[in-house]
Amino acid sequence: MKVLRAGLLTTVQDIGRWGFQHLGVPVAGPMDVFSHRLANALIGNDPKAATLEITLAGPELEFLEDRCFVVAGAAFDLYLDDSFINSNRIINVLSGQCLRFGRRRRGARAYLSVEGGIDVPVFLGSRATHTASRMGGFEGRALRDGDVVSFAVLDETRSRGFSKIFDRRNIVPSGGADVRVLRSPNGKMFKTRTIERLFSGRYIVSTESDRMAFRLQGESLSMLVYGEMLSMPTSQGAIQVPRDGTPIVLMADRQTIGGYPVIGNVIDADLPTLGQLVPGDWVRFEECDNETALRAAILKERMLLSQEMDKKC
Amino acid sequence: MAAWHLSRVGDAALMLSFGEGIDPLGNSQAVTFAERVRQGSYVGVRDAVPSYSSVTVHFHPLRTDLSNLVKEMKSLAVDVLIATKATLGRPREIVIPVCYGGVFGPDLTVIAKFADCSEEEVVKRHLGLTYRVYMMGFLPGFAYLAQVESSIAMPRRRTPRVSVPSGSVGIAGRQTGIYPFDAPGGWQIVGRTPLSVHLIGCGDVFLLKPGDSVKFRSIDRAEFEKLSAEP
Repeated sequence: MKVLRAGLLTTVQDIGRWGFQHLGVPVAGPMDVFSHRLANALIGNDPKAATLEITLAGPELEFLEDRCFVVAGAAFDLYLDDSFINSNRIINVLSGQCLRFGRRRRGARAYLSVEGGIDVPVFLGSRATHTASRMGGFEGRALRDGDVVSFAVLDETRSRGFSKIFDRRNIVPSGGADVRVLRSPNGKMFKTRTIERLFSGRYIVSTESDRMAFRLQGESLSMLVYGEMLSMPTSQGAIQVPRDGTPIVLMADRQTIGGYPVIGNVIDADLPTLGQLVPGDWVRFEECDNETALRAAILKERMLLSQEMDKKC
Repeated sequence: MAAWHLSRVGDAALMLSFGEGIDPLGNSQAVTFAERVRQGSYVGVRDAVPSYSSVTVHFHPLRTDLSNLVKEMKSLAVDVLIATKATLGRPREIVIPVCYGGVFGPDLTVIAKFADCSEEEVVKRHLGLTYRVYMMGFLPGFAYLAQVESSIAMPRRRTPRVSVPSGSVGIAGRQTGIYPFDAPGGWQIVGRTPLSVHLIGCGDVFLLKPGDSVKFRSIDRAEFEKLSAEP
């Protein structure tokens, strides 16, 4: 596939580089792991196959061989040559045809899966790109105009995905979202009033947000005592509070170790929702308990499993 | 009373603390515990990351039976507490050559002022101790070594540098560390090593790992160039 126009930030991502955080290697992976897996499920790929993560302004891509693909996640106007095509379903493409991402309608990040997956070298068990440390993906960086990206060689015997359609577009938020949060073990560093403020306020995703972290604007969360905390392992979805009191949510490219106190953690099932927010969108944090978190995770997994299983029968 | 404490971090991680602060025994337990978790086949566990005296275990919330995992982690913690008493103090020892000062160590002068002594004395104090790799992070392959002698334990720069060259050796409070590649950073830079701490491609990935013991050795510019030229 030839990259005619790379778009704002187009990177190769898979489920992430797990297993090396003790050496300081960040996990990376998709900002919206649900849509990444959905794109793979619809085309009949293994959930671990690599997709392209497309951000805000999409690319224009020329296919150099016949293949099928699926676009899931954020809603863009999509064109194959000059005809309008749909996301969330399999599209057959012939060598020489161009896929163009037009206007973005909803969400921040779309995922392009091709049958068999994107083929870049596996590095420490993963194909995910972490641009800050120049690891993985396509030469450790976002795609540029003129790059040629390979697809995995197809196994002749593999079963094709059926023409499944995923019709729940509203799963990608538009304009803002409520996300659920579990209180942090660091909670005692904050006054009860401060924690209540986190759950009552509405925050705006600032323009200084990226794949590493979302900086939020809104009610300041001052600390009981700002002790110098020793650096500790971080986790995705952790809501850190630096000295100035404006919260930061750690996202896919987070560093493995961090030194700011954590007031709460966004639950795993809601991270994909968060990953679809655009600078300027609002976010509201809602306190939840462990049972709710687990139920939410099961609900999301069911939606994916129904897509992943359909192709196997 | 148990010598460790377990808490939940969100719905996809657990944290086991073996102590508080920069504590060699607690860290040795944390490093051993994390190694055991990585080698063991615990269903759903994705990472075990040691820090100064605790371990964070990342797991997949749906592929893990949490109550079972908690039980397994508790019994592993007990094993580790018994085991580390016997094995503590046998870390791998690594000597890292450093060319101090000049263009390689632009902050050596500032630290000398901070410590109210000569640059040579700062170097002597940095060389005088053996450090332990407590944890890795901040950058892939970046080792947090501690503890630096308190007189030269200068805090980070007020404004971080946009780019610190690969191999730079810095001080941040009681910690010292080596930049694995060119990266922005705020540590006070005292020198540079010609060794590549970024060994990607080799089996070990990086020169250092948590639990290692590190000593620095002072080299001159000529030896720096000679060692740099070696493959």
